Amino acid sequence: MVAAAWISLQKWNLISPMEFIGIGNYANLLSDPETSEVFLHTVYYIVGYLPLVYIGGLALALALNTALKGRSFLRGIYFLPVVTSWIVVALVWRWLLNPSNGIVNTVLAFFGIAGPGWWSDPVWAMPSIILASAWKDLGFVMVILLAGLQAISPDLYDAAKVDGAGWWRRLTSVTLPLLSPSTFFVLIISLINGFQVFDQVYAMTGGGPNGASEVVVQRIYDLTFRYGAAGEASALSWMLFIVILAITLIQVRGQRRWVNYG
Amino acid sequence: MADTLTTKRAMPRRALIGWIALHVIIVVGAAVMFFPFLWTLITSISPGAGLGVTPSLVPENPSLEAYVRLFSELPFLRIVGNSLLLAVITTLVQLFTSTTAAYAFSRLPFRGRGVVFAVYLATMMIPLQVLIVPLFVELKTFGLLNTYLGALLPTFASAFGIFLIRQAINQVPRELDEAATLDGAGHFRIFWTIVLPNIKPALATLTVFAFMGSWNSFLWPLVVLRKPELQTLPIALAGLQGQYTTEWDIIMAGSVVSILPMLAIYIFAQKYVIQGVAASGIK
Repeated sequence: MVAAAWISLQKWNLISPMEFIGIGNYANLLSDPETSEVFLHTVYYIVGYLPLVYIGGLALALALNTALKGRSFLRGIYFLPVVTSWIVVALVWRWLLNPSNGIVNTVLAFFGIAGPGWWSDPVWAMPSIILASAWKDLGFVMVILLAGLQAISPDLYDAAKVDGAGWWRRLTSVTLPLLSPSTFFVLIISLINGFQVFDQVYAMTGGGPNGASEVVVQRIYDLTFRYGAAGEASALSWMLFIVILAITLIQVRGQRRWVNYG
Repeated sequence: MADTLTTKRAMPRRALIGWIALHVIIVVGAAVMFFPFLWTLITSISPGAGLGVTPSLVPENPSLEAYVRLFSELPFLRIVGNSLLLAVITTLVQLFTSTTAAYAFSRLPFRGRGVVFAVYLATMMIPLQVLIVPLFVELKTFGLLNTYLGALLPTFASAFGIFLIRQAINQVPRELDEAATLDGAGHFRIFWTIVLPNIKPALATLTVFAFMGSWNSFLWPLVVLRKPELQTLPIALAGLQGQYTTEWDIIMAGSVVSILPMLAIYIFAQKYVIQGVAASGIK
């Protein structure tokens, strides 16, 4: 950490001697429009990804928490992408979403819909990454929420039923409040991982086309190994770390308001 | 009278329809979730897939040509070997470091234990991305770039592992330790004959996670192992794209090779994987 801070104050390309430039790297980063771009793209990723995996994972957890035949088999299928590597996920989705002859656009064409260019189109690149990521992590969120659901006492539901609460009422007044610790965990993990998103971006779009899906860590990698700006990369790492730390602390502070440890 | 009759009959019917709808949705959902895997496999055995060709669901001329090319045109056997070697060493070392550290944190009452534990976990939760440049420099200084050791070093201790094993050891009744101490057993005997046999499920969970973490890891090996013959599977796969841009049968064959070992472990140890994830969500 200290070394990262020290390097962030240098002008350095990994090879020639360092040259001390103080906060120059930070000043450069802050004035470079690319910096706010990559943070914006990262936030775009999180904002698209989080509701998708949370609502999807919750729906699955609720469904699989009922007396369903073959429940553990189904749970196993939904969880399968979680054990697959991000690179494989990225490659497989690059192929599924291939603009010219991927299966998704082929099926869409069958229904007379012209599919978009997905990862090759600046507008659709990020949604493609979000889709692939949500597919991979859905099972993870489902298992966390399922464990939370199973800790809720059935007596509470019986009591709610006696009081005449319908399905929706039981969900919003019993399930969600008692599930809040699990929700909190999913939120924290997703935000931390979301800000560090890299593997799938690197393999799916490489940050392209034209930087349309360039995220913070991709930028750190490019600065270090492509543009020989290790000092600036370190400074950007520090900025990312501070953002993650701040958001996590705000979450931990704010949890008292809504997380119910009953 | 007629009204009550119909509602009485309608209620179970509504419940039944709901029950069927739930099953249909969840099964169709599982099929959609599983389809990408199936499609990967189908593509890998459909020669010529990708060059303007979408493979059909039932391949017309199924062949293993893509696999043959993968292993003959690239040092793919070596690459799989690299991945396997790193994953096995990472797993063994993590089992050792996590159990010994967790034992110390659970059973040895030393001054400031809580603080040390917290600092330990906190430092290891700092994202690798923040440390990548200084770690890279450190490895370069010690001449560890392009070595297995360099790729392995940051994986030797795992915050998740220590946390998981400590939780498990805390569940082992202390009376067992005390009885053994009376019989003259030292820490090593207690650790080996009492604690370890009682935390087998947690050990299984850690084994799977350590192996999976190493097998799937990307950023660090990408930075350290820059020679082609040292590459691990995920890096080689990412590279396939540049080499075989449109030859999707080959890229998907590589993906299948990468998925299979994890799939085998997963089928074998599904219970432990899911338990591990579930346990991490419950504080």
